[in-house]
Amino acid sequence: MTDPVLGPGVPPPPDVLLEVRDLRTYFHVMDGTVPAVDGVSFSIKRGETMGLVGESGCGKSVTSLSIMRLLDIPPAEIVSGEIWFDGRDLLRLPESEMREVRGNDITMIFQEPMTSLNPVFTIGDQIGEAVVQHRHVSKKAGLDRAVEMLRLVGIPGPERRARQYPHEMSGGMRQRVMIAMALACDPKLVVADEPTTALDVTIQAQILELIKALQQESGAALLLITHDLAVVAETVQQAAVMYAGKIVETGSVEDVILRPKHPYTEGLLRSIPSHVPKGQRLNVIKGTVPNPFRMPTGCRFEPRCPYAFEPCHDFEPPLAAPPADHSQQVACWLHVPEAQRPGRAAVAPAPPVPTEAFVQVESVTRQ
Amino acid sequence: MATTPKLTSPVPVVAPAVDASGAIAVADVEVALESLSQWQLAWRRFKRHKMALMGLGIFGVMVGIAILGPILIPYNPLDIPGSPIPGGTGPAANHFFGTDNNGRDVFTMVLNGARISVAIGFFSMSIAGLTGVIIGAVSGFAGGIVDNLLMRLVDVLFAIPFLFVILVAARFFGQGSVVALILIFGLLSWPLIARLVRASFLSLREADFVEAARAVGVSNVRITFRHILPNALGPVIVAMTLLMASNIVLEAFVSYLGFGISEDQTSWGNALSNAQTALIFGNWWWAFFPGMAIALTVLSINFIGDGLRDALDPRARL
Repeated sequence: MTDPVLGPGVPPPPDVLLEVRDLRTYFHVMDGTVPAVDGVSFSIKRGETMGLVGESGCGKSVTSLSIMRLLDIPPAEIVSGEIWFDGRDLLRLPESEMREVRGNDITMIFQEPMTSLNPVFTIGDQIGEAVVQHRHVSKKAGLDRAVEMLRLVGIPGPERRARQYPHEMSGGMRQRVMIAMALACDPKLVVADEPTTALDVTIQAQILELIKALQQESGAALLLITHDLAVVAETVQQAAVMYAGKIVETGSVEDVILRPKHPYTEGLLRSIPSHVPKGQRLNVIKGTVPNPFRMPTGCRFEPRCPYAFEPCHDFEPPLAAPPADHSQQVACWLHVPEAQRPGRAAVAPAPPVPTEAFVQVESVTRQ
Repeated sequence: MATTPKLTSPVPVVAPAVDASGAIAVADVEVALESLSQWQLAWRRFKRHKMALMGLGIFGVMVGIAILGPILIPYNPLDIPGSPIPGGTGPAANHFFGTDNNGRDVFTMVLNGARISVAIGFFSMSIAGLTGVIIGAVSGFAGGIVDNLLMRLVDVLFAIPFLFVILVAARFFGQGSVVALILIFGLLSWPLIARLVRASFLSLREADFVEAARAVGVSNVRITFRHILPNALGPVIVAMTLLMASNIVLEAFVSYLGFGISEDQTSWGNALSNAQTALIFGNWWWAFFPGMAIALTVLSINFIGDGLRDALDPRARL
């Protein structure tokens, strides 16, 4: 992670593929304005993998759709921010140039493989479409590429499968097709928005393995969006945790997951069911996500935070590296020494988190 | 990213073995399964609808008559023999459906009428379908002001009394020509189709596969007509068949009232109009055969529409 604090309008260094700076995406709805993404900054280097984690409605998907500029405007509005990709600010590109970026430089893998393929076209046509669109090759060449991609994602009998329709395939196979589609044009960045959420648990691991293997092989950067910490732990190098439209903690996966600094990250990790002996109540983060129309003035996690103290209610903590540790950044007053009340322990003790716990996640509840 | 042999699993593709009886032994189930497109699946479902198949048969005959008309017609439809028998003659060997007051052959009139009715039904449907699909698609995909303007236009067209406008337009612009009636019917009946198309577009616009297509960089025009339209066509095709049936009835009705096809052409409506007086004499064949032709055609089209409704229902499985 580089510090995304270069001045506005200045492109990031060339080794940074994507840099999002202070992105604010608001939705104007009947009852007011929802700040779905409210000042998000992060960056991904070329070939790097990053996970964006958070619960439903925290703004992680809106972040990815803002990068792709796929939001309907209105009701959405990108109020401010810069999205530097490969030396260009995507937010300032005309739509025609943005269309060249989509599907070519940045591609997406969607959550719902069952509905993300058009039922009236063959698989080959759909994978080929992106190739024909961006490489300006013949339809035949597009189809050949589709067959090649299907083979690459491990679909048996790719020639025959390319001529089939989506309804002839299972969910896992369709997600493989979506991956083939996303990689067909050798993108520089793949955005995978909950790629395994809709899949069977047994298929999930396969698909993640496939994404990881293809990412390493192609050298594309990966932005993985998920609510599942286990997925992040297994798949990516960097992680950013989002809460209520803001990034609250970011750093390497090891740091964020093994040594969480933010009480929210800590709470998320604690609520993984496998830590709880059978028959006991599950750990939960008390309270609910704040009402988007009435965001807390201070830290957005303050109403639910077990460690909240004076500054939390009134002042928003900045995302910064804690003094002792420069490998991760956290937005929490607990880690700003100047904010501490005299005599108070600086850091709340983090709960022990077993290292191998993340692959053991099996179910959400215990009977 | 060239190839990854490590990722591809070897596929045991077993060629279908043909045994002595010539039947294909199903070695690999997937090889034996043929790949069917949505349209092929729809045709399969349609075929199971017996009434629809019958309708298709009858309608096929009508279309055949309409196209081959001049070859089949035994007499000149307007030919008035030297000494017409007042009241006409009943069905006989040389006049299958009898003759009318002027001695004209009713069979000939029915055959010739098929030409006019099918032409009016088909072409007015095509005009209405094309206009409706384009306007509905643009409206549904663009949204906002464009949608608002187009839909208010549709509202206005729905608000004016349809029959009155048709009668007036047929009288003042029609002058009894078939082409004029086609244009009038076509240009007045598209709003229904436009509303249908717009409604499907509004829901399909939010579909995941449309977002996936946008994420691939597909242009809006291509998304509208290549990705969304084929998915929206099912209900539109059904509505168009029903529109065709209703426009055939409408032609008969307008002609019957004397506002439609001019008297020197023998449409079914004209034949019915002529037959009014005959019924007083009990000469049933003047009215019966053209009436039957209308009823059969419309019924068969409606059966086809019914079959299509089931066949094109996206929720229906095999």
